[in-house]
Amino acid sequence: MSDASINASTVSAQLRADEASFGDYFALLKPRVMSLVVFTALVGLVAAPVPVHPFVGFCAILFIAIGGGASGALNMWWDADIDRVMKRTKGRPIPSGKVEEGEALALGLALSGLAVIMLGLATNWFAGAFLAFTIFFYVVVYTMWLKRSTPQNIVIGGAAGAFPPVIGWVAATGSMTLEPWLMFALTFMWTPPHFWALALFMRSDYDDAGVPMLTVTHGRKATRTHILVYTALLALLAIGTAFSGIGGPVYLTVAVVLNTLFLRGAWIISRRTEQDAEADNFKAERSFFKLSLLYLFLHFGAILVEALLKPYGLGGWS
Amino acid sequence: MSLRKSHELHQRRFGRNLGVGLVLAVFIVIIFGLTIVKVSGGDFGAPTQEVQD
Repeated sequence: MSDASINASTVSAQLRADEASFGDYFALLKPRVMSLVVFTALVGLVAAPVPVHPFVGFCAILFIAIGGGASGALNMWWDADIDRVMKRTKGRPIPSGKVEEGEALALGLALSGLAVIMLGLATNWFAGAFLAFTIFFYVVVYTMWLKRSTPQNIVIGGAAGAFPPVIGWVAATGSMTLEPWLMFALTFMWTPPHFWALALFMRSDYDDAGVPMLTVTHGRKATRTHILVYTALLALLAIGTAFSGIGGPVYLTVAVVLNTLFLRGAWIISRRTEQDAEADNFKAERSFFKLSLLYLFLHFGAILVEALLKPYGLGGWS
Repeated sequence: MSLRKSHELHQRRFGRNLGVGLVLAVFIVIIFGLTIVKVSGGDFGAPTQEVQD
């Protein structure tokens, strides 16, 4: 084999390794975040008191998910500079050099337009407009404005992740009542303790990137207190939701158990010092973070169960 | 015989092209399905006599 052919095959292998695969473009859509969007939007759609054709319902969830994914791509386009610094995000398609920043922007914009128009056509334009507002809120209000300017970034930005059940509800009904906003409030109030627990044990990441997380601006002790206060407010809201139109005995049982555990976890975190946390490698903070994932999933799961039981005369308090 | 010589780029981007092709195919199915559901559900029904009057 000649030197030229060896060089050619080496170059070809290198090109293949650098080539973005379909999966790299899919990763721009933040599939893990998208799974939360799909689930909460599905619960919003099913809990709504108006029946939806299954295929229309499927399309509505799909387009809400695509809208969520598109905002993820736009977030990665804007945040490419800090993603290159943070350990947690270094492997994303743009920092790893697989996808160009402009490609992420183009994909995000194209999918945003597609998702909004298709959701409007498949269900109603109120839902489509709501999806457009959610994408705007996540990309412009949270990513471009709040994330790098205020330690309350997570609190206000959390609203963007809380909109999908409201969009699901609006897609089914075309109108708004208290219940979808209770689902919104549940995710909205859950987001800060969830992310602050993450910031406590991934601390150098946000410091290095210069993102003003509460841990950086107000200190770690204040963050621990904030987690406890937000968790207490969340518990009141979560248990109160049991007595609304989307609640019922199943939901109440789930909410009481989970909120007791969640409050206990927040109390332990608030009492710990940095020395305690470093001694056991942030065990309490890590388990609180894991519990937070289960917390949201099971609350929405319970709302879904209540809604699915209603046709059999079992769901809710009636 | 193929119409043109297969380039190395075609092999390298086969997975990506296949993915895009499948996404487009699914999109066509979704548009078709939505059309059937909307038309058969009466969303695009002709206006009744009372409405016309």
